[in-house]
Amino acid sequence: MPLDNPAQFIRRFLGFARGSVRLILRGNRAYRLWLAALGVLIVSGALAYANQVRNGLALTAMRDQVSWGFYIGNFTFLVGVAAAAVVLVIPAYVYDWKPIREIVLYGELLAISAIMMCLMFVMVDIGRPDRFWHLIPPMGHLNFPSSVLAWDVLVLNLYFLVNFVVATHILYRAFHGRKYAKRLVIPLVLLSIPMAVGIHTVTAFLYNGLVARPYWNSSILAPQFLASAFCSGPAILLVVVQVLRRFTRFEIRDEAIWKIAELMAYAMFLNLFLHGAEAFKEFYSGGQDVLYTRYWYLGLNGHHTLVPYAWSAVGLNLLAFALFIVPAARRNWVILNIGCIATYAGVYIEKGMGLIIPGLTPDALGEIYEYYPSVTELRVAAGIFAVGFLVFTLMLKVAVPISLGEFTEKKETSDLASVAWAGH
Amino acid sequence: METDGKTTKPTRRMFASQAAALAAGWVLTACGPKRLYEAPRAQLKKAIEDMERQYRERLGVNVSVSDAPPIPGVEFAYALDLSRCIGCRRCVYACVKENNQSRDPQIQWIKVLSMEKDKGIDFSAADPYYAPAEVPEEGHFYVPVQCQQCRNSPCTKVCPTGATWTEKDGIVVIDYDWCIGCRYCMAACPYGARHFNWAEPEIPKAEINPNTHYLGNRPRPKGVVEKCTFCIQRTRAGRYPACVEICPVGTRKFGNLLDKDSEIRYIIEHKRVLVLKEELNTAPRFFYFYAT
Repeated sequence: MPLDNPAQFIRRFLGFARGSVRLILRGNRAYRLWLAALGVLIVSGALAYANQVRNGLALTAMRDQVSWGFYIGNFTFLVGVAAAAVVLVIPAYVYDWKPIREIVLYGELLAISAIMMCLMFVMVDIGRPDRFWHLIPPMGHLNFPSSVLAWDVLVLNLYFLVNFVVATHILYRAFHGRKYAKRLVIPLVLLSIPMAVGIHTVTAFLYNGLVARPYWNSSILAPQFLASAFCSGPAILLVVVQVLRRFTRFEIRDEAIWKIAELMAYAMFLNLFLHGAEAFKEFYSGGQDVLYTRYWYLGLNGHHTLVPYAWSAVGLNLLAFALFIVPAARRNWVILNIGCIATYAGVYIEKGMGLIIPGLTPDALGEIYEYYPSVTELRVAAGIFAVGFLVFTLMLKVAVPISLGEFTEKKETSDLASVAWAGH
Repeated sequence: METDGKTTKPTRRMFASQAAALAAGWVLTACGPKRLYEAPRAQLKKAIEDMERQYRERLGVNVSVSDAPPIPGVEFAYALDLSRCIGCRRCVYACVKENNQSRDPQIQWIKVLSMEKDKGIDFSAADPYYAPAEVPEEGHFYVPVQCQQCRNSPCTKVCPTGATWTEKDGIVVIDYDWCIGCRYCMAACPYGARHFNWAEPEIPKAEINPNTHYLGNRPRPKGVVEKCTFCIQRTRAGRYPACVEICPVGTRKFGNLLDKDSEIRYIIEHKRVLVLKEELNTAPRFFYFYAT
């Protein structure tokens, strides 16, 4: 890399920033409506959160009995999305299967937005966000290696950093019309694969390691987390690439999409199998610990708020599996998209509410408190999703033209020159 | 360590950089806010003066905050006689008053469970909200549950910031100024002993107990976790916990596990004692027994 002097570097970076801002501001009606909708959700979420900070977490439906709820459920689901988006790198690089390669960059951008959402969900869940720095040494104290939460803080931030560096490096280089530095990118991409598995395993261990909660204290949890993540992450990505293909010059071969759908079918099978194995063990052996599984699937002592959700998740997951395992079905675009939505919704339910709430219901002393998220929780969560989608949209808005060679330094300077010449 | 006989002369640069590092370290450790766990004595004194001043300003009450350390040679333990408890809940309310628990929203460190005699200790059939005209109820017995002060405490293990730990006298404590309110400890506790301040705790001014301990019953802020501390403010001063004192039927016993002649040792050695959820290997310092 030819070394720039600082002034040059700043000038080039400003050119990049200016061009990016212009790209972001430009867009058709659908794009502007999309941004406006996200903006509304973000404002609503911010107001709800401000209220929550002022009045305390009492505005949520969480109580001592069910001390984690919707926020931590969303956090768990999104860790899976972040992990799986990058795991697509495996077929792309290990098997050198070119059609998927184009998607990898977008997978990384998705991972960045998903991790951002994860960190935001943790922030809104803690009682003292003003003390967040207590986790960060040397001023704070991170209880490492004893606390799995400390591990999670470390791996999530590291994973964010790795993906951020890779994605921005590739894009920034492409903007300047240069190829990315292999010596930097290849090791980091290779590192990101075990890290993707790592963030999800550590997050599973967060629950898995608690002897107090039999519903989580099962060694099947981490494998099942990974299996369901391999369904939900690609499900989002498949929809995104179809949108990109429709509205930009971005190209991706049909085979790539079908291949990913096929991999999702296998992952979904594994996910269903692991759930089935766990349900069999609980119901057939019939020990005390079946209470939690029973609460989720059948309800307990007349409490069955969550039962419809449990069976919708099972139904949606089965549907997705059926649609993706049949080659003719997954090659039909309408069916493929129905499958993606079913996967996303099914995994979202089973891994959000379906993991957290039955884990804590009945509580440690046998009390059943029926949790259902409050309006504050729903608004804050919608706001966080909106921030995530906004970040992802804006990143794509810049990244797609760069990777298509439509937005480069050369074009920028010639554009500027022509604009200046036209007298603007 | 072996030396090769050669010593390097400290250069001016080395001296300067090391002095700077030392100074920076000193600033970070001495001036910055800190976990009370590792605060040196002098800093703890200052922190406590700050607490007292803040309580005076915020609550309008002269709260005195003790910093009494663990007494050498003392490890506290508790024993509760299940055959005597009548389920009157006097312990619950004595605890609320003594330990400045929020009245609104209501926080109670002790939970008394009503159980059916023919089912034994079965949490899935327990009723914490029993409200008959008179206790004890026919066919029922009562199991009061509070922090079990585990030797193998799952809560302290999982805390990401080290805001909760076990003191030398066996009391598991929380630093309310360091807790970030993530509630991981609540998920980890098998006894439902930890409680969260979901809103700003409220106690009528006249009902505030001004005799407090910095790791115990001093008023808590919103957004942090709290729990039973064996009345650390009392027991480190040689008194019984409030729940032991109030119990009208002598169900509750408390003492020093390391003292061979203590009542608690007598009970453990001569009665049939049990601990809750023994299979979880938490090794509580809180025992249950049947005296009759």
